[in-house]
Amino acid sequence: MTLLEVRGVTKRFGPVDVLHGVDFSVGPGEVVGLVGDNGAGKSTLMKTITGIHAADAGAILLDGRDITALDPGARRDLGVEMIYQDLSLAGQQDAASNIFLGREPVKRLFGLIPGFVDKARMDREAGAMLARIGARLPSLHRPVGSFSGGQQQSVAIARALTFNPRLVIMDEPTAALAVREVQGVLDLIRRLKAEGIAVILISHRLNDVLAVTDRIVVLRHGRVDADLVTARTSMTEVVRHIVGGADMAEAAAHESKG
Amino acid sequence: MARFALASIDHGWTVAQRVALERAHVRLESLVVLLLLGGVMAFLSPFFLSVGNLLNILLATATIGILAIGATFVISGGGLDLSLGSVMGLAGVAGAWTCVTLGLPAPMGVAACLGAGMAAGWINGQLVTRAGVPAFIVTLGMLGLARGLALVISDGRVIYGLPSGLVWLGQGRPFGVPTPVFIFIFAALIAHYALAYTRFGRHTLALGDSEGAARAAGLRVERHRRALYVIAGLTAGLAGMVFMARVNSGDPTAGMSYELTAITAAIIGGTNLFGGRGSVLGAMIGALIMGVLQNGLNLMAVQSYYQQMAIGAVLILAVFIDQRQARGARA
Repeated sequence: MTLLEVRGVTKRFGPVDVLHGVDFSVGPGEVVGLVGDNGAGKSTLMKTITGIHAADAGAILLDGRDITALDPGARRDLGVEMIYQDLSLAGQQDAASNIFLGREPVKRLFGLIPGFVDKARMDREAGAMLARIGARLPSLHRPVGSFSGGQQQSVAIARALTFNPRLVIMDEPTAALAVREVQGVLDLIRRLKAEGIAVILISHRLNDVLAVTDRIVVLRHGRVDADLVTARTSMTEVVRHIVGGADMAEAAAHESKG
Repeated sequence: MARFALASIDHGWTVAQRVALERAHVRLESLVVLLLLGGVMAFLSPFFLSVGNLLNILLATATIGILAIGATFVISGGGLDLSLGSVMGLAGVAGAWTCVTLGLPAPMGVAACLGAGMAAGWINGQLVTRAGVPAFIVTLGMLGLARGLALVISDGRVIYGLPSGLVWLGQGRPFGVPTPVFIFIFAALIAHYALAYTRFGRHTLALGDSEGAARAAGLRVERHRRALYVIAGLTAGLAGMVFMARVNSGDPTAGMSYELTAITAAIIGGTNLFGGRGSVLGAMIGALIMGVLQNGLNLMAVQSYYQQMAIGAVLILAVFIDQRQARGARA
């Protein structure tokens, strides 16, 4: 049974072909690492899954249902969430406003005037979610732009987890974090898996990818070059697929050090 | 001792600031400036604090205040509308032309004012989101287009002879208060509710803050932007109607350079010029500051040429202070 299926997705930006017919799938509760060199098309592929980019050809299926034509909001409603590398936070708004952006609960004021955003409820639930993922913020009411990188990351993660996601895509979630915080993210991925939530992890840190994933998909020049079961592969094999054979030994040695 | 007192004043200030910002969405500094300005004016002119003069200030502030609502929505949403004043002029001419030249009844005149404003806003929004022309250029072009169209429709002349129902909207005095003041306050309350408390308003601020964040959250960014320009056009139409009714004529030169004052009022009221932050209540205080300034300069018989200069200087000063504070907050 598959949760997400990507079939023959192509994408070009003007004259630049980024994806040439990508096929891959993710099962429920499966953690899949997506690796590849810079420019291999990882982020573009993920953005066609969330709907930020429209695929030129091919189809994206969730639970066997074709979601290719849906906009990003509709896909979020179906449980596809992404934590972007740039975090995509609104820096002047507070944590709850960011976490609930696009999904604010409303109530009637004095039981009369409709459409009032229920800020008290947003703050309460945002606080609970942040506590659940073990985040420590200086204040729920300060603009998130004033937070540290790790704290902002927590807000972005909380946003992806608050609405019962089925698939969470993480684009370089550990790139800007301190060592202790990286462990926190890896633990979080394991917890999501235990809850049956599927994760796609994009990362350059192959040690992290090998540590938490079930499968590793290598993207090379806009195509799937390899689809490896993590338990039966090695750093050397992954690196060989990423760089495509040449200078393999040297690159692998370099990676195992880092 | 003195030091301690100073520290506690400072502490009290930040607490008051936070409460003011979070609960009422008003910049405390702007309220202080308004009160100080009022105090100085009251000291300089014995007429300033008379009920008649205060109502005059509110009446004069009504058009600018309504325009400032539109400026607040567009700017806090990350856009800009330089055509507000011209569209206001076009709306007044459209209303007067409908009633006087076409001989249609007053409600049609109201519809023509609001319709002309919304149409101009709609065109602005389409051009910004679909043609990809920067808002600065689109609305600068509309500034010329709307003004020119107003002159074409009216043949460059003021259109007199509005029906009495229309005139009441500008000159009526229910309960002794000018009708425009009621319209202004009513519009401001609705707009404040919409920007500060509804999902639409929160999405506006988020969009102005970071388009990427808005997109990632699944907001329909282009559609929202278009709505903001239509809202700005609607406020220009309403301001045009109020002004036309007050001066009892459709003047093709009405609202000339009013966008300058409206944008200044919005910025003084705490709207971030680059989007992401804004408050209608704040903009109303900004509009009152501009109104008091103009009124006071009038009472002191200062030439109106200097008033233009004062408004321009206040705009630059307000943005300067805002940017300094923003830098301070980041550091």
